[in-house]
Amino acid sequence: MNFNLTEERQMLQDTLRRYLRDKYDTKTRNAIIDSDTGMSAEIWAELAELGVIGALFTEEQGGFGGAGFDIAVVFEELGRAGVVEPFLDTAVLGGGLLAEAGDAAQRALVDDVIAGGLHLALAHGEPSSRYDLTRVATTAVESGGEVVLNGRKAVVVNAENADHVIVTARESGALDEAAGISAFLVPAGTRGMTLRGYANLAGGRAAEVALDNVALPVSARIGAAGAAFGVLSDRIAAANVALSAEALGAMETATRLTRDYLGTRKQFGRPIGTFQALQHRMADLLIELEQARSAVINAAGHLHADAPLRDRHIAGTRNLIGRVGRLVAEESIQLHGGIAMTQEYELAHIAKRIVMTDHRFGDTDWHLERFIDLSAA
Amino acid sequence: MDLSYSPEEQSFRDEVRAFLAEKLPREMSDVIRAGGELGKARQEEWHAILNEKGWLAPNWPRKFGGAEWNAVQRHIFEEEAAAAHAPRIVPFGLSMLAPVLQKFGSQAQCDYYLPRILNGEHWWCQGYSEPGAGSDLASLKTRAVREGDHYVVNGQKTWTTLGQHANWIFCLVRTDTEVKQQEGISFLLIDMDTPGVEVRPIILLDGTHEVNEVWFTDVKVPVENLVGEENKGWTYAKYLLTHERTNIAGVGFSQAGLSAVKRAARAENHNGKPLMQNPHFAARVAQVEIDLMAMSTTNLRIVSAAAAGAAPGVESSMLKVKGTIIRQEINDLARRAAGPYAMPFASEGIEGDNDPVGPDYAAATAPQYFNNRKLSIFGGSNEIQRGIISKVMMGGGR
Ligand SMILES: Cc1cc2nc3c(=O)[nH]c(=O)nc-3n(C[C@H](O)[C@H](O)[C@H](O)COP(=O)(O)OP(=O)(O)OC[C@H]3O[C@@H](n4cnc5c(N)ncnc54)[C@H](O)[C@@H]3O)c2cc1C
Repeated sequence: MNFNLTEERQMLQDTLRRYLRDKYDTKTRNAIIDSDTGMSAEIWAELAELGVIGALFTEEQGGFGGAGFDIAVVFEELGRAGVVEPFLDTAVLGGGLLAEAGDAAQRALVDDVIAGGLHLALAHGEPSSRYDLTRVATTAVESGGEVVLNGRKAVVVNAENADHVIVTARESGALDEAAGISAFLVPAGTRGMTLRGYANLAGGRAAEVALDNVALPVSARIGAAGAAFGVLSDRIAAANVALSAEALGAMETATRLTRDYLGTRKQFGRPIGTFQALQHRMADLLIELEQARSAVINAAGHLHADAPLRDRHIAGTRNLIGRVGRLVAEESIQLHGGIAMTQEYELAHIAKRIVMTDHRFGDTDWHLERFIDLSAA
Repeated sequence: MDLSYSPEEQSFRDEVRAFLAEKLPREMSDVIRAGGELGKARQEEWHAILNEKGWLAPNWPRKFGGAEWNAVQRHIFEEEAAAAHAPRIVPFGLSMLAPVLQKFGSQAQCDYYLPRILNGEHWWCQGYSEPGAGSDLASLKTRAVREGDHYVVNGQKTWTTLGQHANWIFCLVRTDTEVKQQEGISFLLIDMDTPGVEVRPIILLDGTHEVNEVWFTDVKVPVENLVGEENKGWTYAKYLLTHERTNIAGVGFSQAGLSAVKRAARAENHNGKPLMQNPHFAARVAQVEIDLMAMSTTNLRIVSAAAAGAAPGVESSMLKVKGTIIRQEINDLARRAAGPYAMPFASEGIEGDNDPVGPDYAAATAPQYFNNRKLSIFGGSNEIQRGIISKVMMGGGR
C-alpha cells in the first residue's frame, strides 16, 4: 500500500494549485459566472497549457494520464478553487467518449480538446429521465445513408460553448433498455438542433436541447449502432470520480475558511472558535472530511476495475460525498453566520458547488439504491 | 385535553378560507407557489387587502386597530394562508415595532405611527445588527449623541432586511459609552429620508437583493423619536425579540412546503415510477411530516400558554430551533425532488415574465434551499438558542 501521489501527479497538483490560487480569486470567478459565456476562454487556454486536460487522457489517446487518480488530482484542485469551467463536459465526458469509441476522424478531435481549442457537451439526460441512465426516448432513424434524430435533452451543461454536442438516441429497444442506445456527434449549428441556454445556480451554463428532424451522415455515429451504453457508463463512472473529487476539494476550502473564520471572528469579547459548542462541530467536519478523502481514493482506485466492483465503489463514494458534502456546506455556513450568506464571500460559491454536485449523475439516495442493488448481486 | 377545534374555531377557519378564496389575487399566489417573492408594490397591495378586512394586525389589541386574535385563531390563519400560497406579512412594523410602541411608546407615538403602519405609509426595517455586533448584539457601536432637541447618529447597521423598500428604520443606538454595554443602549426611530442615511445593497448567495447595509453620517433625529427612556433600549429590544420569535416555528410554511414536495415527487419519474413511490424518498418525507405534526402541537401548546399569560421563555427558543430544522429539511427535500432541474438558475423566471426551465416546481428549489440557511442564523442563531435553553434548564434560573 502506498498513499502517496506519484511525482508527476504531485507536480501537477502543485502547479495547478499555485496557478488557481494566483489567478482564480473570488472576484475574478464571480465576474466569469456573470459573463455571457459563463466561462473564461483565457483561463481555459492557460489551464490547457498547464496540462490540465492532457492529464485526463491516456498516452495512447494523446494525453499523459487518464487514470482514476489523475482525474481525482485535477478535479480536487478545480474544486478547491471553485472553478466553473466545463472540464468535466468537454474533457472527461465528451473527449473521453470520442477517445474511447470514436473512429479515426472523431479521435482526431481529441487532440484539439487536449490543446484547449475545442469544446464538447454530452446531451444524454432528458426532461423526464431524471438520473435514469438507460431511459432514452430521443430517437435515431437510419435510412438512405442518413440518420435523423428527434427528441429533447435536458440540462446539457456547456451546450452553448460546444463546437460539437454528443447526443444519445435510441435506435432500437424499449424506453429504458441499455441496448439500442447510440451516440452521435452533432456539430454546433446543425439544422434542427435548437438550444435554450441559461446560467446554472452554481456557475457555468447549460441548455435545453431540442432535436427536430436533425439529419446527420451515418459517419456521425460514435461506435456501433445501439452499442453506446457501455462506453457511456465508463465515462459516467469517470465523471463520478471527477465530481466526487471536485466536491472534496471544495469541502477542503469550506473547512479551511471556516476554521480561519472561527479563529478571527470575535463576539462576546473573544474568538467564536473558543466556544466549545463550535469547536466540536468543527471537529466533526474535519472527521467527515477525512472520510470524504478516503472515499474519493476508493472510487479513483477502482475506476479501472471490472464494472460491478467499480460501480459499487463509485455508488458508495457518491453517496458518502453527498452526505458529507451537505453537512460540510450547511455547517460551514452556519458556523460563519450571516457573512457566509453573501455572494461576495468565497464560501457562498463553494457551498453551492458542493451541494449542486448532488444533482448530476445521481443524487445521494440514487447512489445509495445503486449501492444496495450492486451489493445484492 | 381536547384536540378538536370548537364550532367557533371551525367557522373561523371557514371564514378565513372563504376570504382567501375571494380576495387573494391569483397573480400573487402563483408567485408564492413558485417560490418567488413579491415586489414592493404587490406586497403593499396584499397588506392593503388584509387591512381592509381588519386582519393585517392579528396580534394587536382592537383599540389600536388590530384583530386581537387568540393563539388558535392565529394558528388557523397561518395554516390557511400558507395553504393558499398567500404572501407572508412583512413583520417589521406590524409584529416587531408595534408591540414595543404599544407597551413602551408615548401616546403621541402610538397615535402617529400605528395608523401609518396599518395603512402602509410607513415601511419599517429593523436596524439592530452591525458588522461587529451579531450574536453579541449588546456590543453595538452606532452612536447617538444628544445635541439640544435632537440626536446626532453616526455608524453602520447591516443585514437590514428589505431596507431598500423601507422609509423608516427602528434602531438600537449607543447613548452612553461609560456604563455596562446593555445599559447604554437606546431605541430610536429614524426617518430614512433624513440627510446622511445611505442604503447599500448586499446580494445574497441565491442572487437576491434582500438585505442591505444602512450607513448613518451625522444624521439628525428629533428627540421625540426616542422610544421610552434613554438607555433603556435593551429592555425594549428583548421584549421585541420575544415577539419576533412567536411565529418562529413557521408551521404554516412547513406545511405548505411539504405539500409542494409531495406534489413534485408525484410528478417526478424515478426509474419508471413516481418518485413519491420510492421507499427512500417516501421515508424521508414521512419522517419530516411526523416531526412536523408533533411540532405543530408543541407550537399550539406554547402559544396557548403564552396567550393565557405565561411569558414565552425558553420554549420559544425550542420552537425556533426545531422549527428551522424542519423547514430547512423540507427545503432540502424540495431540492432533491427536482433532480437535475434544480441546477438551472432561473432568476428572471420567477416573477413570471419568463417560462421556467423544466417543471414549474423545480426552478426555485435550490435558491430557496440556500436562502433559507438564514433561518438558523437570524433572529438569534440556533447556537444562541441552545445556549439559552441549556442555561435556563441546567442553570436552574429563568
Ligand atoms: C438573511 C438575513 C437577514 C437578516 N435580517 C436582519 C434585519 O433585518 N435586521 C437586523 O438587525 N439583523 C438582521 N440579520 C442579522 C442576524 O440577526 C445576524 O446574522 C445574527 O444575529 C448572527 O450574527 P452574525 O451573522 O454576525 O454571526 P456571529 O454572531 O458572528 O456568529 C457566527 C457563529 O458563531 C456562533 N456563535 C456566536 N456566539 C456564540 C456563542 N456564545 N456560543 C456558541 N456559538 C456562538 C453563531 O451561532 C454562528 O454560528 C439578518 C441576517 C441574515 C443572514
